[in-house]
Order: sequence, then structure tokens, then C-alpha cells
Amino acid sequence: MLSRHHRDPAAFPRLLLATLAVLLLWPGIRLAELNPGVLFDPAVSRSTGAFLAGFWPPAHDQDFLALLWDATLQTLAIATAGMFLALMLAVPASLLASRALSLSAASIGAQPGWLGTCVRWPVRGVLIFLRSVPEIVWALLFVRAVGLGPTAGVLAIAITYAGMLGKVYAEIYESVDQRPAQAMMRAGAGRLAAFAYGTLPAAAAELMSYTVYRWECAVRASVVMGFVGAGGLGQQIDLSMRMFASAEVASILLTFIVLVLFADLLSRVLRGRFT
Amino acid sequence: MTLRLTAVDLRHRNGVQALRDVHLSIAAGERVAIIGPSGAGKSSLLNVLATALQPSVGELALLGVQPWQLSSRARQRLRSRIGLIHQAPPLPPRQRVVTAVLAGKLGQWGLGKSLLNLLHPVDTAGAHALLARLDLDDKLFAQCQQLSGGQLQRVGIARALYQQPELLLADEPVSAMDPRLARHTLDLLCQHASEQRVTLVASLHTVELALACFPRIIGVRDGQIAFDLSAAEVTPQRLDDLYANAQLSRAPTSADTATPWLPRC
Repeated sequence: MLSRHHRDPAAFPRLLLATLAVLLLWPGIRLAELNPGVLFDPAVSRSTGAFLAGFWPPAHDQDFLALLWDATLQTLAIATAGMFLALMLAVPASLLASRALSLSAASIGAQPGWLGTCVRWPVRGVLIFLRSVPEIVWALLFVRAVGLGPTAGVLAIAITYAGMLGKVYAEIYESVDQRPAQAMMRAGAGRLAAFAYGTLPAAAAELMSYTVYRWECAVRASVVMGFVGAGGLGQQIDLSMRMFASAEVASILLTFIVLVLFADLLSRVLRGRFT
Repeated sequence: MTLRLTAVDLRHRNGVQALRDVHLSIAAGERVAIIGPSGAGKSSLLNVLATALQPSVGELALLGVQPWQLSSRARQRLRSRIGLIHQAPPLPPRQRVVTAVLAGKLGQWGLGKSLLNLLHPVDTAGAHALLARLDLDDKLFAQCQQLSGGQLQRVGIARALYQQPELLLADEPVSAMDPRLARHTLDLLCQHASEQRVTLVASLHTVELALACFPRIIGVRDGQIAFDLSAAEVTPQRLDDLYANAQLSRAPTSADTATPWLPRC
């Protein structure tokens, strides 16, 4: 009697869920052809070890540092220009896609009107299309179209990130307290004015933090796209890896760490300003 | 005639009948208090008058037009002539008081002026004058999150007054203020209403304040209008009937506690 009272009623469902998760994930590991044993193969660990041993000291001669500086600036420029173009598309799209600006829903307990819904769905569809194709694929397409160089990277980031930013912005608008904006719409204010006065003050910190995080992602993405010829640090790391110049790879990786650290600091400062 | 309700029913989305067969007409420049027990439908009635809720049945005419027959654009124009003071004003915590007050005119300003005002307040003097009347002028550049409930209510009142509506509705506008401040603020609202020939409809839970400040009193109970009288005609007996509560008036006995609890739904 006592033991039945003390038994946790959640224990059995938890055990069941855990077993189910393992059963479902195991075939995934087989499908991914993951074999951790390969890491401990003596031949593999010898070549990896030799490459890693060359990491210290990182390359720091004058010529390479100048090269690294240029590549870093180019990567930052690709990421920033891409983000700027993405924002030009994402901000209007997010306003169109978000239910937070629905005038019909401003009445208490009312749903968005059918006309607004008819506009929101196609915009959502466009955003889904933009972000469902990975940026590396866009980059390959644009390298064909506009040739090798940073332009392809900028355009690829602009398109994919417009899709991501637009979707997440629209959801952030919906996730903050709707009452201030709705109260203003019920006092006769237009959608955009109500948005600027009612939604933006609450959403600003979240928007800022997500935008800086995405900029950080864009820096990384521009590096990856460098491998397919879109310039910047990626192209540099690709060259260094092909030449087995471990010291140069180490320097470039350190540069990445510094860039991400910088993005993190920027995000913290901006968040502090907006909360 | 500023507003007229004819046989208005209001059923909320969750099926609760909030208003039942309400007939009401209020002339321009009248000052009316709505009283009644909590949950009687005072807020629902005010929200219907503010075009925030659409009546399920019946007809609503405001300032000479029927708001729910208008196009959305025309209804927004009508809404800019109606001010609603909320019991807990929905103000973004980080917004400055000056911006929150000036936002009252968003319905009358164009988008350009609205956005400009967000960057730099275009009428600091106007906001300051209103806040000074409400004894809040020292908070002009404070953020809303730094204010107390009663101070926020006064910011909400300042916004509604800055809007300069023809119909001013107030839902428990002074509920978070001390009695003296509440009286002062209500007097201010009434004074503004009589000076500007504005129709004022306010719901209040303090009956003494309602009787002291408003010439016409409407008692609401169970979603219906129980009485609609001048302040002098409201007798203690009528108030007792209005606020009568079967559950509260009966003293709890030991028999009550012994009866098993039955779920209501």
C-alpha cells in the first residue's frame, strides 16, 4: 500500500520515452555511418597528429599577417553587406508576415481577418523558400552567375538570411506583449505607428540580440563560402589546408575565435543598451 | 446623441454571456458613472462602447455612426475620436512617460510625425502641462517601468486627455490611487469633460466617488442594466440590491464545511 503511494507516477512514462528515443536514434547513427573507431586507427591518428603538431606556433610572419588582415576585412565586409541586404528584405517581409500587426485582431478576442491571412501566407511561403536552400548552394549558383569573388557570397548571405531574419522577426513581434500595440490600434492609430510605439520597445532587445547573432553566423557562413571561391578567410583557410600549412590554419582559427568573441561583446553591449 | 445601444447582447468567445439586452442612450456632454459588483459586465460594456468588442446581437451607434458597419479605415478614424482609459494601462515597460502620453495622438498624426516623435518628442510642453495637472510632471522623462500602479494609471489618463476625444471612456480609472488622489483625479476628469463638452462614461467600484462626481449613475448586474438614475435618486436600498451577494452574506457554518465539494463544470 505504502509503496504504491510512493511510486512516482511519471517514472514509467519517462522510462518509456527514453527507451523510445534510443530505439529511434540508433538507426540514425547507423545511417550516418558514424564509426568512432576510425579516430583511433594508428595511421589516421599519426597523420592527424602531425597536422595538429604544426599548429604551434601559429604563423605570424609579416607577409602572412598582412594577408590575414585583408582576408579578415573581406570576410567582415561580406557578412556585413550580406546582412544589410538581408535586412532590407527581411524587415518589410516580417511586418507583412506577422500577425502582430493585424487590425482585425486588435479587437478583444478577435482573430485576424481573412484578407490579412491571404497576404501573410504567401509572404511566409517566400521566406520559407529563401531559407530552405542552404547558403552554400546559393553561393555555388552565384559563383556561376557573377563569377568568383565576394559578390557571390554577399548575395548568398542576403537571400538565405532574409528568409531566416524575416521569419524570426515576425515571431518575435508576436511573442511580446500585444496589448500596448492593440490598445493603440483601438485608439485609432495605424498599424505601423502602433507597431513602433507598442511592439518595438518590448521587442528591441530580442531583435538586436538575434540580429547580432545572425551577423556572427554570417561571418562563419562567409568563411564556408570562401571554400567555393567567394573570397575572404574561407578561401585563405582552404589554400592553407591544401598546402598542409598547419601554422597558418592555426592563425586563421584564432582569428575566428577573436571575431566570435567580438560579436559576443557587441551583442552584450547592445543588449545592455536596450534593456 | 453621442451613443446609443439598442438590445445589445455580448457573448464572449468562451461562451460566457457578458451583456444581455442592454438599452442605453447617452447625450453629448453627459457625465455617467457605471457601478456594479465585480464580474457584472462593467468592463464589457465599456469595451463595447470603445469599439474594442463587437456586440453579438443588437445595434451600437457612436457619435452618429454605426462603427461595425464602417470600413476598417473609417472605423480607425472614428476610434481616434474615442478615448479609453484602462484600469491597468498597457504601456511598454521601457517606454518613456513623455512618449506614452504623446502616443495619444497617434490616430490623428501621420506616420511620419509619429516616427519623428519617437526619435524626439514633438510636444514636450503639451505632455508636461497635462502631467502637471495630474501631479506627475517630475516623471516626464522616466521609464514606465519605474512607476507605481497609481502613477501608471495617471499616465494612461494623461494619454487619453492628450488624445482630446469627443467620447471619453474610463474603466476603473482611479482603482490604484489613494482616496484623496482618486477624488482629485476624478474631479479633474469631470472638469475636463465639462469644459471641453466631452461625454464621459466611467466605471467605478467606489460608490461614494461615483455619487459625488457624476450626475447620472447606471447600475449593472449580471450583464443587465439594473437601474439608470440621477445621483440623487440612488438610495441605499438600491445599492444594497445591486451589490447583494448570496454567497458572501451568508455566514459560513459548520454544516457548509461538511458538505462535500462538488465540481461545477
